[in-house]
Amino acid sequence: MSTNYATKRVGQAVFTFFVTVSLSFFLYQAMPGGPVEALKNMILSQQSTSAGTVDLERINRLVNLYTNLEPDAPLYVQYFQYWASLLFEQDLGRSIYQNEDVTALIFQRVPWSMFISVYALVIGYAGSIFIGALMAFKEKSRFDSVSSVLMIVLNSIPYYIVGVVLILFVAIRWGWFPYGGRAASSLTPGFSPEYLWSIAYHAALPVFSMSILGLGGALTMRGNSVRVLGEDYLRVAELRGLRSSRIATQYVGRNAILPMYTQFMIGIAGVLSSSVIVEQIFSYPGVGLLLYQAIQVRDYPLLMGGLIIFTTVTIVGILVADLTYGFIDPRISAGGDDA
Amino acid sequence: MSNRTTDDPVDLEELFDTDVDHEPTPRRVQLKRSFDLYVAAPARVAIHDWRALVGMLIVGAFLLVGTVGVWLVEQPISGDAPILVQPFQDLSYILGTDTLGRPIGAQLIHATPGMLKMIFAGAVVSIGLAALVGVLSGFMRGNIVDTVLMAVTDVIITIPGLPLVIVLIAIFQPESPYVVGVLLGLDNWPGLARTVRSQVLSIREDSYVEASQIMGLPTSTILRRDIIGQLMPYITVNSALASRRIIFESVGLYFLGILPFTSFNWGVLMNLAYQGGALTDPQLLHWLVFPMLTIILMAFGLVLLSQGMDSVFNVRLRARHATTTGDEATGEE
Repeated sequence: MSTNYATKRVGQAVFTFFVTVSLSFFLYQAMPGGPVEALKNMILSQQSTSAGTVDLERINRLVNLYTNLEPDAPLYVQYFQYWASLLFEQDLGRSIYQNEDVTALIFQRVPWSMFISVYALVIGYAGSIFIGALMAFKEKSRFDSVSSVLMIVLNSIPYYIVGVVLILFVAIRWGWFPYGGRAASSLTPGFSPEYLWSIAYHAALPVFSMSILGLGGALTMRGNSVRVLGEDYLRVAELRGLRSSRIATQYVGRNAILPMYTQFMIGIAGVLSSSVIVEQIFSYPGVGLLLYQAIQVRDYPLLMGGLIIFTTVTIVGILVADLTYGFIDPRISAGGDDA
Repeated sequence: MSNRTTDDPVDLEELFDTDVDHEPTPRRVQLKRSFDLYVAAPARVAIHDWRALVGMLIVGAFLLVGTVGVWLVEQPISGDAPILVQPFQDLSYILGTDTLGRPIGAQLIHATPGMLKMIFAGAVVSIGLAALVGVLSGFMRGNIVDTVLMAVTDVIITIPGLPLVIVLIAIFQPESPYVVGVLLGLDNWPGLARTVRSQVLSIREDSYVEASQIMGLPTSTILRRDIIGQLMPYITVNSALASRRIIFESVGLYFLGILPFTSFNWGVLMNLAYQGGALTDPQLLHWLVFPMLTIILMAFGLVLLSQGMDSVFNVRLRARHATTTGDEATGEE
């Protein structure tokens, strides 16, 4: 893989991170009345001790503590300090309502969100690649037309409705799966088989409803495979007498999956997005649920922190996908500039 | 098509457009031709494609409900009807009523105009931005405009949309459906912009565009005549898909109670039913189920429409259904 390509991708990732943090800084400034006014009342209502006295000095100190912004300083100094505390102290501010560092709050929960998101993404895309390929091989058969309609219907159902329906039937009516939480509360956390099983058991429904998002790719995969199946090199491969299993995986599969890979990368952002809604429905304590609780009480530092962390996770995911893309498609790292 | 040159001052275009040997086409024939080209032929193709037909019927029905339906059905008020009437029991409240005695059906109908406004605003913003950015950067490939636009696009692709929209909503508290639509549309455009850009890149390499460039036609004319026309299928198909996304996201946010409840909305209905315990109480279930079915139906219509549009825009298929294309079409078949 050429270093040029890798440098470009890393540069892109750093740039995106820069824009996101700047965006969160400017969103603070865009709040009605600026950060000080917006946070003043909120902070005052939290500080029961000195309810009567409105001491601007103290308010400013508190605003600084919670948001990393120095309200008196000129804008560019504020901006610089916001960056400095983020980079050198890994400080994203302090949650107003939980009175804990945003970084600590979020990092406790990132693994849980990643856990269900990654599984949802992988299961969704694996499923859609498999179904799409099968549909293409049996093109114009009854299976093809029935599953095409089925895929269109699935595309029309939002993932959260799938979640609600799953809770209603599978969890409440039939009681096969739990409808909330991340593990049974009776078990002590640890690497015991029971606890791990309980985690998987609790994650099953959220993962399944999020994976619906990826299943939309089946029709794309079908289209890609049909196109590849008509290519000349496939005829040549057949004439050479290659085994059909080899043709299916090495020739059709590989070429048809390529365009899906870009979709997969964009899917990372989509799946993380969806976790906000899914985690709330399943009361699954990940970052999404934390953000949901933050918005209920307008806990701005926590919201901004969540946005930054979510974006960072996506940036890293996309970067990894980008850098490994070269292994799948040698043309990319050889200098082609459009995916 | 030798009949529409009026709005271009450039003489060079005459080369392609007016056949000097022919007499000018009478206005009536011109009209008939455009009608055939833009209305009759697509309609005829659409009727033969069940997806486009069903999709148009569903979307059309929602448009009708959102405009005429609101006039026909009174706005539901608490205590209008007995509370918790079960569906399909009473003819005046076919879909039943909620715990405040508001008929579910009427609430769904009165939520439709808001949804349509949201979809409209969102689709216009996302498709407009995507087309603008995609065409511009595709056409300026390699220069600074392209680099900047694509960098911005990649940044926005990366930022997870929903958390960003949630922060924006928390700060600005939008109430107008148009504003909600615009906010949701803002994170929808980058994917399509990339597709449009790669389309523009491949069209640009086509020999007829190269020919236009060699003839010295102005860039604006090339963009308008050669490129935008080729992109219309993508843009239309994706408008339907963008609309579906706007519905999913806005209803999801109303369902969670993140968007402020200002008027009737399918997501608000779901939220109230869900909070009221519709999952555990079968008496309340219809309150949750009918809004869900409505959303699915609308999304289904839009997905079908987008798939059907693919075949409507297929030029060969359309030429076969057009009656007035005459000589010009035969060359193409």
